[in-house]
Amino acid sequence: MGQEDFAIDVKGLRTQFDDFVVHDGLDLTVKQGEILGVVGGSGTGKSVLLRTIIGLNKPAAGTIKVFGQETEGYSGEEYQRLRQNWGVLFQDGALFTSLTVAQNVQVPLREYFNMPQDLMDEIASYKISMAGLPPDAGPKFPSDLSGGMRKRAGLARALALDPKILFLDEPTAGLDPIGAAAFDELVVRLNHTLGLTVFLVTHDLDTLHATCDRIAVLAEKKVLVLGTMKEMISFDHPWVWEYFHGPRARAAMP
Amino acid sequence: MQISALEPHRLDINIDPCPKSGGRNVFFRGDLTIATSSEADSAMDTIDCGQQESICLNLTDVRRFDTAGAWLIYKTMRDLRFEGGKVSYTGATNEQETLIEQALINDAPCAVSPPVRNSLLAQVEDVGEATVVIAENLGSFLSFLGLVLMRLGQELVDLARWFLTAIPARLGLAKQRKPRMRITSLFHHMEMVGLRAVPIVGLICLLIGVVMVQQGAYQLRQFGAEVFVVNLIGIAGLRELGVLLTAIMVAGRSGSAFTAQIGSMKLNEELDAMRTIGLDPIDTLVIPRLLALFIMLPILTFFADIMVLFGGALLSWISLNISPSAFLSQLKEAVLVTDFLVGILKAPVFAIIIAVSGCFNGMSVGGDAESVGNNTTRAVVEAIFLVIVVDAMFAIFFTYIGW
Repeated sequence: MGQEDFAIDVKGLRTQFDDFVVHDGLDLTVKQGEILGVVGGSGTGKSVLLRTIIGLNKPAAGTIKVFGQETEGYSGEEYQRLRQNWGVLFQDGALFTSLTVAQNVQVPLREYFNMPQDLMDEIASYKISMAGLPPDAGPKFPSDLSGGMRKRAGLARALALDPKILFLDEPTAGLDPIGAAAFDELVVRLNHTLGLTVFLVTHDLDTLHATCDRIAVLAEKKVLVLGTMKEMISFDHPWVWEYFHGPRARAAMP
Repeated sequence: MQISALEPHRLDINIDPCPKSGGRNVFFRGDLTIATSSEADSAMDTIDCGQQESICLNLTDVRRFDTAGAWLIYKTMRDLRFEGGKVSYTGATNEQETLIEQALINDAPCAVSPPVRNSLLAQVEDVGEATVVIAENLGSFLSFLGLVLMRLGQELVDLARWFLTAIPARLGLAKQRKPRMRITSLFHHMEMVGLRAVPIVGLICLLIGVVMVQQGAYQLRQFGAEVFVVNLIGIAGLRELGVLLTAIMVAGRSGSAFTAQIGSMKLNEELDAMRTIGLDPIDTLVIPRLLALFIMLPILTFFADIMVLFGGALLSWISLNISPSAFLSQLKEAVLVTDFLVGILKAPVFAIIIAVSGCFNGMSVGGDAESVGNNTTRAVVEAIFLVIVVDAMFAIFFTYIGW
């Protein structure tokens, strides 16, 4: 598989805050069209990694390439066009609280394109239903929604521009088991129908089993192992073993 | 026997000598819980144990028993054993025994308060730390100010270009690009910052005008120079009072609002979400607020000046018998255009200070709700402080150029 076939290609990444080094010499590849789960203990920098790849954090060293393009050194319009390639779902949705759900979904549309209002409304309602929300969710404000619905609304906004990569930061955190399973199903469905590449930071073993093609384990400031679930289960490392074979893991295994 | 949860906790402790062992028995009767823990603790403190003396803690008649009670029993045993005694407990149910074992497991030294510092040294350290923090904050503040002003300049140039290409674009000679300025947002903030502040600014300035004239007249009466109170309110009102009161009121209303709005958005990760969508928070949030203040503060100041004079005129008429026409003619004699200009020219500068302070403190909010509150307070205090410092500098400047 050539270099250009990777959706995300991280090499030698080093991130640090003042003196505290979070990642050092981290390498990670995400194939196009795959769902990659990223796991690690608390404090191993999963969210920092996600934020660095999408450009919210400046790396101290290393390169990040998205679809073969380096993400550093862009400015203004070029970077805006690059950014349209990915959508991000933050924990709890990070919806703009002063706008309705439909208006939230329309923010990227309004920002980049000059569309008539009815077309934007139609696209917004299509994304809202794609995200599994009921049709009356559009005019509601984020504070009127439950946690699960907020996440789906955030997902609808992340998908507004039909991005090629979807970044999910702990999407099933705080959801009841039924809601979490439904969300997993949604992610798999979107991956199949839209060919989305998904970068999924999670703690949820059920999600890992149900959705991920490959899993990356973050530990010791780098990616310790990157492979399928089968490879994870047989990997010889104390933390990895405990993660995938502990009491909760066995309950989650199919 | 069911004990009602509402029944108050009671504890009786009896210490009797034990004829069999030569030691003592401690009988606990009632509730050994957190409610009775302090009396139990002081009672246990009075027990001095001799070497090899055997002490037996009898829990047979203990009804309610919680982790505090268990801790007390465990601690008593531990300390008396340390003094050399042979301590044991009896009459405990299984649940009570489990709790006492838990106390043993959790008996690890645990620092509860931070280490005590030498108080004199601590004062010096605190001063040093505060100075460094202030210097760092000032640096960040100035760099934020620079960034915002630069971005504002870019947006204004962009707007001008949009204006100038309006006609050529209609003729098909040039392409007109959407300006970066968020006009709708700008007007919304102009209404919130300016229009909504009119009643309160008007009322405050009216009252200050009244008070100033009253106080001034009282002093000037001694020289029979009451009429010069008009000079006082005219010059002081236009040069200083109108603009300062407006700035302080706006700092309180709008400065804190900006910090709270932007700070809450930061907390909710909305700023991050904006950045990932490609919206720059400075363009979207800060510039409209800054520009709204920049436009509305001079207008509010103008209105404030009028209300101060109006308040002064009102009191002069009612209490000093200076008719409105006499007031106006004395005002015309006393006040120069430069007096008005001095006040009005300070307004845009104060607007920038208030807006930048509010937005900067909003964006530097930390990860919790308490930080939003602290930063909001700091934004208002900083803004008012800087406004008054800059006002003093302006006073020197205007005197120097003879205004």
